[in-house]
Amino acid sequence: MTDALLEVAELTVHHGQLCAVDRVSFALEPGETYAIIGANGAGKSTLMRSIVGIHPPTSGRIVLAGEDVTAVPTVERLARGLALVPEGRRLFPSLSVEENLKVGTLRARPGPFDLQRVYELFPWMPERRKQRAARLSGGEQQAVAIGRALVANPRVLLLDELSLGLAPVVVQRIYGILPELLANSVTILLVEQDVSQAMRVAGRVHCLLEGKTTLEGRPAELERADIEAAYFGVRPGPAEPVSQ
Amino acid sequence: MSAAGELLAPSAIDGTGFTVRRAARSSGWLLGFAAALVVLLAFMPALVSHGDTSLLVNVFVLLTISTMWNLLAGYAGLVSIGQQAFIGLGAYSVVVAAINGMEPFTVIPVAAVVCGVISIPVAALVFRTRGGYFAIATWVVASAAQLVISSITSIGGGTGHPVPGLSSLAPGEFANISYWSALAVVVVALAATYLLLRSRLGLVLAAVRDNEDAARAAGTRVTLARGVVFVLAAIGCGAAGALLAVTQLQVEPVAAFSVQWSAEIIFVTLIGGMGTIEGPILGTVIYFVLQQNLAQHGAWYLIIVGTVAVAVAIWFPRGLWGTVTRRLRFEFFPVRYQVVGPRPQDSGSPT
Amino acid sequence: MTWFNAILQGILLGGFYALFACGLSLLFGVMGIINLAHGDFAVIAGYVAVVLVPSTHLPMVLGFLVVVPIFALGGYILQRTLFQSALNRGDPLTILLVTFGLSIITENSLLQAFSANGQSINIGSLIADSINPNNVISISDISLVVLIVAVVVLGTLQLVLSRTSIGRMIRAVADDREAAELVGINHRHVFGIAAAIALATVALAGLASGMITEFAPSTGTSNLLFAFEAVVIGGIGSLWGTLVGGIVLGVAQQIGAQINPAYQILAGHVVFLAVLAVRSRGLFAVREAA
Repeated sequence: MTDALLEVAELTVHHGQLCAVDRVSFALEPGETYAIIGANGAGKSTLMRSIVGIHPPTSGRIVLAGEDVTAVPTVERLARGLALVPEGRRLFPSLSVEENLKVGTLRARPGPFDLQRVYELFPWMPERRKQRAARLSGGEQQAVAIGRALVANPRVLLLDELSLGLAPVVVQRIYGILPELLANSVTILLVEQDVSQAMRVAGRVHCLLEGKTTLEGRPAELERADIEAAYFGVRPGPAEPVSQ
Repeated sequence: MSAAGELLAPSAIDGTGFTVRRAARSSGWLLGFAAALVVLLAFMPALVSHGDTSLLVNVFVLLTISTMWNLLAGYAGLVSIGQQAFIGLGAYSVVVAAINGMEPFTVIPVAAVVCGVISIPVAALVFRTRGGYFAIATWVVASAAQLVISSITSIGGGTGHPVPGLSSLAPGEFANISYWSALAVVVVALAATYLLLRSRLGLVLAAVRDNEDAARAAGTRVTLARGVVFVLAAIGCGAAGALLAVTQLQVEPVAAFSVQWSAEIIFVTLIGGMGTIEGPILGTVIYFVLQQNLAQHGAWYLIIVGTVAVAVAIWFPRGLWGTVTRRLRFEFFPVRYQVVGPRPQDSGSPT
Repeated sequence: MTWFNAILQGILLGGFYALFACGLSLLFGVMGIINLAHGDFAVIAGYVAVVLVPSTHLPMVLGFLVVVPIFALGGYILQRTLFQSALNRGDPLTILLVTFGLSIITENSLLQAFSANGQSINIGSLIADSINPNNVISISDISLVVLIVAVVVLGTLQLVLSRTSIGRMIRAVADDREAAELVGINHRHVFGIAAAIALATVALAGLASGMITEFAPSTGTSNLLFAFEAVVIGGIGSLWGTLVGGIVLGVAQQIGAQINPAYQILAGHVVFLAVLAVRSRGLFAVREAA
């Protein structure tokens, strides 16, 4: 797969002694939406943090558009087109909405997204742009966090647990903007605990269990039982012991 | 003897082959060794000169207050720069009691308790703050205490006051009683710290240190636990201050409430290793070794002390004792629980 | 009228405290550093001026132009080397011990080099000049200049922090270092810039102190506590707060001194503790204390 935009090869990441991600490999085609699913503690967030360079891997490679970025510092990875919307949003609480977005443009690549474009995607934002991020609701914060990553015009946008702690209707609204991003040729790598949500939006899904790949494929071609087995580590019939 | 290890019987974690234990058997022997050392120290006045015992008094005073600060900062997460408040108040309690005709040496425990009582309203105020604010607030309290004491002319105002009632003692007798008092204070301080950390409160402090939110959620009365430690530290520092007043025969507000005490305490504790009982002991020894060998060089001595502080902070962030025990997995005073694995290469509990 | 004068003198003194506290506020607010060597750095600036100005025959103003940039550069380097390695340990006590060590080293090195005698920066007749609207009130020119400098410096910094790109970066890093990395901000560099600004203001404060009064190697520590009080009264993250904090402290001290000269510093402490009792985060806190 030489035309892959982002290739993760045999990536292994440790938390101290604990192996959080174990030889995981996958490759993203330009313009696709790729979902990592798995239960709590499966290593999804660690994988994402490793891809953007916050959590250095023990071994393996991360290749962006043919260039090995495994040793590139986090701040440079953004400039090369990898932007993460982190779990828990992580806005700058004492900065205003607009300032949060402006900070996102510091290392921006040229591209279609700027503050104006983000304000069009989220029409409520312009009139509240002077408000401190700490004052926003969870869903609003999530929107600003996405905006902050988008204005950098990433080639690959990494979305970590967008739905965490949000009401279902808010989640639907947030996911509602994905087609708009795809129309602007942003490739999306998302992590989601909510499997059915991931199945709806992703072209391909990749399931992790205790840091290991248990399944990869297109939602339409996957059997429900296979997904459950990959997700929980058990399938009806000959059972495999589950440790916590 | 392995009594120390039996306070908490080793308990197996079901089906894993791991057990939790607190004391290694060797620690029982070492505790015995510590007791023997105390007995030996008690006979020191017969073995060395009065000059040496008066140096040891200063060693014990610094070790006492550092042990108290270690309890505060290392175990309760309360970084105070104001323990000199209680050193000074302890010293002045002795002055006030002696002016009123009480016997200075016997007043030492009373002075300590007075400081404990005063620390309760102080805690109510400074506990409103956290982290850096707490440190600054305690410093301000100490400075305010100094200024208040300095304004009371009946106890000497800004120039200080001698401690009356000691002239009847012969010089040798005075030196010996001073020494034994200091030894008693430091032994009580260390023993109390050891027992406290092995008590339920010690467990609470460990839980809070690991994860304060989780400890609160589990119903732990975190503020109460911290308050108890704050009061105990005030008592210890008060006893040390009272000891200083008695042994130096004179109390001056500038010296008794000097922020220099905090500087020495921080140096000793962090150099030795915070969060271990042994750390301040090692730190105190290092401090006095440096002082005895270099003090005649004046400013250069303090430049070296400062450089040592910076170097240890950067290269040995756990302090020297912390670095040693991490390498050797050994504790003199075992207060921590350890997971002992079935395999030799187990790595202990994650920190 | 004497009380009015006390308040006026308090405001002037507060200007000096605020100038002194400004760098402390930045280091504490952005990096969570409690810089125990802050006062000593200011004293170094005084000594540099004392050595530099007579030996180069530069006018005092040019002395400023040399000392302040040197300190800014020094601040950046100090942050990128020693302070950053201390911060990397992840324990706030490490940086406390480092700044404490630096304080001892600085104070005693100055003692070794310049003796314990007091020094002052010669500013000619300005030291004696004052504005006297009546026979009670007397405003010393140099104190007024220091107050104006403090207002200008703090005001400019507040504008830089709130309006410029570097200001946003500094605030973003103070809020969340890791998230700042994610948006491409090198927090180490930003910390360096914040330290450079902080040390530049320390240099100004040290020069001001050398002009208003005498200084000696041990002066630093005594001013440090007042600077901390100003920062805490004002609240973390707000430089206007630091200015107000300095003035509140200065006025409290002067009113205390008016009651009884022995109560000057105590009155400041009482007001500080009262503020903590009522608003434990300070008057204008933007953010939780580090």
